[in-house]
Amino acid sequence: MAIPISYNIRNLRLRRGATVMTALGIALTVTIAIFIMALLAGLRDAFATSGEPTHVLVLRKGSNSELAAGGVAREAMQTLKDLPGIAKNTQGDSLVSGEDILVIVLPRKDGTGETNVTMRFLTPVGLEMRPKVKIVAGRWFTPGQREIVVSKSIHDRFSQTNVGDTMFFGKGNWTVVGVFDSGGSAHESEIWADINQLASDLDRTQYSSVLMKATDPVSAESLKNRVSDDQRLKLNGMLETEYYAQQTSTGGPIKIVGLFVAFIMAIGSIFAAMNTMYAAVAYRAREIATLRVIGFSRPSILTSFVLESLLLALLGALVGIVLMLPFNGMTTGTSNPVTFSEAVFRLRMTPLVVSWAIIFAVVMGVLGGLAPAWHASRREILASLRD
Amino acid sequence: MTLTRFVTKNAFRNKRRTMLTVSSIALSLLLLTLMMTIWRAFYMDQGSVESSQRLITRHKVSLVFDLPAYYREKIRALPGVKHVVNEQWFGGQYKDQKPENMFAQFGTDPQEFFDVYKDLHIPPDQLQAWQKDRAGCVVDAELAKKHGWQIGDRLFIKGTIFPMNLELNLRGIFTAAQPTESIYFNSTYIDEGYPPLKGLVGFYGVLADSAQDVPKVASEIDEQFRNVERPTKTESEHAFQLGWIAMMGNVKAFILSICLAVVFAILLVSANTMAMSIRERTREVALLKTLGFTQGRVLGLFVGEAMAMSLLGGVVGTIIAVGVIRAASKAPGLNFFLGGVHVGIPTMLVALLVAAAVGFVSAFLPAYHASRGNIVEGLRHIG
Repeated sequence: MAIPISYNIRNLRLRRGATVMTALGIALTVTIAIFIMALLAGLRDAFATSGEPTHVLVLRKGSNSELAAGGVAREAMQTLKDLPGIAKNTQGDSLVSGEDILVIVLPRKDGTGETNVTMRFLTPVGLEMRPKVKIVAGRWFTPGQREIVVSKSIHDRFSQTNVGDTMFFGKGNWTVVGVFDSGGSAHESEIWADINQLASDLDRTQYSSVLMKATDPVSAESLKNRVSDDQRLKLNGMLETEYYAQQTSTGGPIKIVGLFVAFIMAIGSIFAAMNTMYAAVAYRAREIATLRVIGFSRPSILTSFVLESLLLALLGALVGIVLMLPFNGMTTGTSNPVTFSEAVFRLRMTPLVVSWAIIFAVVMGVLGGLAPAWHASRREILASLRD
Repeated sequence: MTLTRFVTKNAFRNKRRTMLTVSSIALSLLLLTLMMTIWRAFYMDQGSVESSQRLITRHKVSLVFDLPAYYREKIRALPGVKHVVNEQWFGGQYKDQKPENMFAQFGTDPQEFFDVYKDLHIPPDQLQAWQKDRAGCVVDAELAKKHGWQIGDRLFIKGTIFPMNLELNLRGIFTAAQPTESIYFNSTYIDEGYPPLKGLVGFYGVLADSAQDVPKVASEIDEQFRNVERPTKTESEHAFQLGWIAMMGNVKAFILSICLAVVFAILLVSANTMAMSIRERTREVALLKTLGFTQGRVLGLFVGEAMAMSLLGGVVGTIIAVGVIRAASKAPGLNFFLGGVHVGIPTMLVALLVAAAVGFVSAFLPAYHASRGNIVEGLRHIG
């Protein structure tokens, strides 16, 4: 017969001090684990929601980043536009957008220095191909003007990015005319402007990448192969989703450091939980013997103590989750190794992250409780009663 | 029995509990030491004397914009400037994309490179061999050892940023106080292989007359190129490197919050243990007091016991930290940030100080209560 769980709850309440301290220790560990997992989930999310399955990204052969020097010659554009399987807009124009990427330095608002930010230069067709990106303040840039629009995250995190602010590069000042929201995709880390103005400002004769929209995902696949196999073009096509998937290596250092810290702290917490549980077992030696005399079996004593440790850990997990809630949705950034610039993302406590945190706590509780519970169930009844 | 012996005996009376507590504290202090070491390496280490004399001049807007090659002579003409050398990040790929095959490649001018980077040492005959070979390169000694490169080897590097590949002859091996994870080759190789880059330079390494001249030289250079099409930004080498770390995100806040969580966690663990072990000894305390021990002495005994335990944990933690840092500074992927980093004596002392403080704070309150307790009630205590 199982020992009622209310017995464990009462015991935890009785030894309030030890319970609170152990649970808080576990809570701290859980907090750190959630923090790291929420960071990584946010990053993954930013790259996973980026890219359309019908979009094909074209880069120079041998390059794996839009930032690489030397790209797609302007002359190649016509060839690309006439490829079969390309979607057209209502005016009958091919949805093919020649784009250019630059990285510029902007000062952070929180005073932690400057960092690189990606600027994407494109045409109105490029805007049309990304309907998810919407203006939330001001307006889009006008082609042929030194005007830029910034993403909401960039606007929130960097100075000089309010509507009306200017920044100097190329041959003059570029004015911020709008703020856009990309719905959490990788464009959330970008500033957009007109490509023809850039080409004349910096004498750029090539696109760094070309984005093409296929009529459906199947033709996207064949379009991709068609571009890569054409020996005249010397270009390489890949699905936009593949391109962003490779960037999920962003956050590698966070992952290594974070997991290491969480792992070490978890071992520390397991030791602390063991300590508390051993003390609980020693303190209740006579009680345990009495339970045995009444007729509770060894397995039920074992289960009961593991359960008590589990309760302790779950309490810790709960506190940890509550402690982290205010940070959910916080915007932060790290460097993207593919574009050498800042990848902005939000901390996301997804249900998956929370479940992992609970599993993490359960493992700590069970590991911490197992040895003491084993000892408790193995004690000689008579010896314990005499103590 | 002396008092010290009494304290040690008591600290180890419940061996299992002591072991668990000490290990828990050791793990936390391991983390604390690691974090403090990284902090020190990133933000407090000023680098070598030569490094503090060096500046980096780059395009004001971004590193991806190049600077004209003629800036070099203009910078050289400024007062306080001793040497200037052009550098270009190549960003190529050796063998494959695995982290252990990643290292930096820079195009530069062999004639002046080692004059600016005086803290890199190369035998004169190897330097001459490099200067005579347009396709020659020099590599970091650590890197050469890792990949088993020898003088005369050919290195093939695939360009990913530039549409060209490098086929380099290894002409020299230089040694550095800290591993640089870099190779240097003649920048004319890029100029000829990718003509659009001819006459352009990624950034300049500048050697000032002295460290005191650095701020003055920086503002002079930027002043010179303020109202031109390609303005510059010049900063000390240290500030330039900090910029790379800042790109990783808010590293400072990250490290600080981990440190805080860790210290708080050990405080909890230690306080919990001490509270448990003192409560168990209520009767003993009463006995000690009947024997004539004063309140202060009883308090001292408990606090001393807690401090001994946490200090032991601290010593173990720092020793493991030294080993971990040694391993991490050689691990692929991490060595770029942690190359040459070691746990300094001040860091160890701070870690031990934290350990002692934690021991003191965690034991004080329960010990104070125990020492003030009523003797008769204490003797009657069952538990």
